[in-house]
Amino acid sequence: MELSAKAIWVREQTLLLHQYAPGTRVASSLSPVEFLVSLYYGGYLRHRPQEPRWAGRDRLIMSKGHGLVSLYPILADCGYFPMEELPKIATQQSYLGVIPDAGIPGVETTNGALGHGLGVGAGMAIALKAQGSQARVCVVCGDGEMNEGSVWEAIMFAPKHGLNNLMLVIDDNKISMLGFQREILNLSPFVDKLSAFGWDCHRLDGHDMAQVQTRMQQLWLNPGQRPCAVVLDTVKGKGVAALENRALSHVLSLSHDQVETAIQELRP
Amino acid sequence: MSGIKTMRDAMIARILDLMATDERLFFLSADMGAPLLDTLRESYPKRFINVGIAEQNLINVAAGLAMEGCCVYTLAIAPFYLRAFEQIRNNLSIAARFNPLNVNMMGIGGGVSYDISGPSHHALEDLATLRSLPDVAVISPADWLAASQLPDFAQTAPYPKYIRLDGKGHEPVTTQPMVWRQGFQTLQQGARAALLTTGFMTQKGQKLVAELGEADIGHIDLFQFTRDLDEQALAQTLRGYGRLVTLHEGYLGRGGLDTLIDTLCRQHGLSMPVTHLGFPLAHQFLFAPREHLHAACGMGIEDVKTALLA
Repeated sequence: MELSAKAIWVREQTLLLHQYAPGTRVASSLSPVEFLVSLYYGGYLRHRPQEPRWAGRDRLIMSKGHGLVSLYPILADCGYFPMEELPKIATQQSYLGVIPDAGIPGVETTNGALGHGLGVGAGMAIALKAQGSQARVCVVCGDGEMNEGSVWEAIMFAPKHGLNNLMLVIDDNKISMLGFQREILNLSPFVDKLSAFGWDCHRLDGHDMAQVQTRMQQLWLNPGQRPCAVVLDTVKGKGVAALENRALSHVLSLSHDQVETAIQELRP
Repeated sequence: MSGIKTMRDAMIARILDLMATDERLFFLSADMGAPLLDTLRESYPKRFINVGIAEQNLINVAAGLAMEGCCVYTLAIAPFYLRAFEQIRNNLSIAARFNPLNVNMMGIGGGVSYDISGPSHHALEDLATLRSLPDVAVISPADWLAASQLPDFAQTAPYPKYIRLDGKGHEPVTTQPMVWRQGFQTLQQGARAALLTTGFMTQKGQKLVAELGEADIGHIDLFQFTRDLDEQALAQTLRGYGRLVTLHEGYLGRGGLDTLIDTLCRQHGLSMPVTHLGFPLAHQFLFAPREHLHAACGMGIEDVKTALLA
């Protein structure tokens, strides 16, 4: 399956997860899909699904924890756990919660509370360098998460320590819980700010698979001397008309019928 | 083994020894120094990291290192760890459920060590606050000799620990080896009453119990507050006393040493009278030497003696 088709499949599965568990943050989970597909299926993330804690694996930290339910179908598809686990989400029969935790095969850390991932990732990156490991660390944050001061403590820290094995991905879907970020703190432009802090930072269309692949080829496979950051220009609720560009999309739940309609809309 | 030292320096001296043979050992500081730390950072520049004045990142970076199998020490002023409570909760306590995380948080200035610095530097909430976390051990040694033995214990205890260290230098209270997984030690036998203390209060308690001479007062130092405290053994030890007096530098009735003993008594059916001495629930703005601060809050030397002889 080509990567764009895989992205459609991941969105379908994410919507189905929302149908099973309406408490999942579906809009937030739909925006970073192309990046996740590129990371897992584009030939970048080194991992062994049958050996989740393999020492040589690249580490993915889902710092915007509740906004990454779209990773569940990918992990199942890769073989971390059976696909049959997905419909059981948020029931007593499953270890899959609406926020991923480190008890799930393929999940490194327990997030959800925001602003934690980058500092933890920086610590991992230092340890991996000290151990002579070639493994890389990728941390996915939301643009709203960038409001947290602790993220900026880590942003100051990583270039000082030359952590070129660390990648920060900002899913800039422009909406946090209570509305548009530009009306809350307006941290744009991220690229200028991160560059000023010493990061090798790039912005791209997070829904253009070719752009994502090209940038990953450059930054993931050929890292420079500095930590790198990718700002994904994305749409919250991407692909679902009932969610896209809605100020309160983060907390919106879709009805059973809305999910069915949304899945039909996704199909080419 | 005698002489005046700080707990901090005694710990760092032993950590420095261990770093020579254990490459997984890292030392992180939130821009706090110590004379011995200069030696440490010059000797191991890649494993000493000053994260800057950034306690949240101090904990997060330590957690990340520990997730990769490193043993990590962090150094910050005791009350400043509370700024990073959520980092401790999420990335150490919750994360320890899935990884053996050997992170040792050295909190300098337990209680009112920084007596004349005022309430921003007083640590009167740390014991109670960190004791509320399921997977974090809380350790409060009484002297530098105990602190010097902590790194060897820490090597064998791969879980997060908050270590409350006093800010002032002092003589050791005992030379008996620490039994870390018992969590308390009897410094003086007795039957009439037992004084229960922790940290610097153990030093104060030892002096005043000695002054009471033949009054048959026992003295117990409690240095583990959570997972490594043998509560059964402590209850058995306390059973022989006619009354108990607790003394700690923390707010009364909020989860500190007094609360621990009340809960223990209830759970183990101990019914002797208990008196608790500590700080009332108020920030302290009296910029005075430590004993003056204690006396102003009903926990001066004479207050303790009166409670023990009641």
